[in-house]
Amino acid sequence: MSPQAAMYQVNKYPGLNLGPGHGQDDEAAATVMFGFWVFLMSDAILFGMVFATYVTSLHGTAGGPGPHDLYDIKSIFIETMLLLASSFTFGMASLALKYKHGRIRLVSWMVVTLVLGIGFLGFELHDFSSMFAHGGVPSRSGFLSAFFDLVPLHGLHVTAGCIWLICLLGQIGRYGLDLKTKLGIMRLALFWHFLDIVWIAIFSVVYLGGLT
Amino acid sequence: MSGQAHNTDSQAETGQQERKELRAYGWGIGLALLLTVVPFGLVQWMAMPRFTLLIVIGAFALVQMLVHFRCFLHIGLRQKREDLQLILFSALLLTIMVAGTIWIMASLATRMAMPGSP
Repeated sequence: MSPQAAMYQVNKYPGLNLGPGHGQDDEAAATVMFGFWVFLMSDAILFGMVFATYVTSLHGTAGGPGPHDLYDIKSIFIETMLLLASSFTFGMASLALKYKHGRIRLVSWMVVTLVLGIGFLGFELHDFSSMFAHGGVPSRSGFLSAFFDLVPLHGLHVTAGCIWLICLLGQIGRYGLDLKTKLGIMRLALFWHFLDIVWIAIFSVVYLGGLT
Repeated sequence: MSGQAHNTDSQAETGQQERKELRAYGWGIGLALLLTVVPFGLVQWMAMPRFTLLIVIGAFALVQMLVHFRCFLHIGLRQKREDLQLILFSALLLTIMVAGTIWIMASLATRMAMPGSP
């Protein structure tokens, strides 16, 4: 293995590294990506505390509807698949960016990711509205307040991610793939994969845990 | 080494690198699918004691998170910066705060429970 290939093995920053093929941009990314990583970890702490609140409120249904009356496992499974697929398509976008497969391929993968993200949000909103229809409103009980604190917080993050993705598409159209655009795409990739990890915790703790 | 030879050499290396990274994403989504489908299937179709089922769901979730960190976020044991240490430190804080909160609140609930309340 050449020294250059050996260098490849060490990641300079979280996420798919640009590598020496991008010259100076790879160095410039290191600080920015680490800073964003620190933010993501603080966000993880926030999510963790909201999870703790949810778990301690599990028995506070106050005679109202509980998990078995409100959760629909099929819908949750579809949402999980959509989010997982979107993580993979964003990975393909990251590869297209790194190996310079051209703007069309990059933008196509990003658009597919956006569609999957919006599909996820659509199913989630449908879930919430059917919960409302069954009397599962946030003001009904402590349990439902905690639920609507946790799950829509993740939904809001995904919404922010979708808006950010649309902005990046505009940035690619207006400025091309300059350093700022690249760094934006790379940070959104971290954000997107991170949200998928939070969703693992949500479907395991909230939905599967609630339906056992 | 001449410039030309070096160029084709690095091109081949880049192609190899790309295939390797593509495979990592493939492994990532394959393992993640498996680790998602199994707990959903268990909850939907298997009659297991509740406690065992919760343990199994938790174990699958933890392994899937590791897979996502490895294959999608490309966190390895050899990072140039403190990315991995930061995850481990955050995980430590989360464990202390979340487990502590749940423990204290559950203990409070049992101690404060009125006789005859659920």
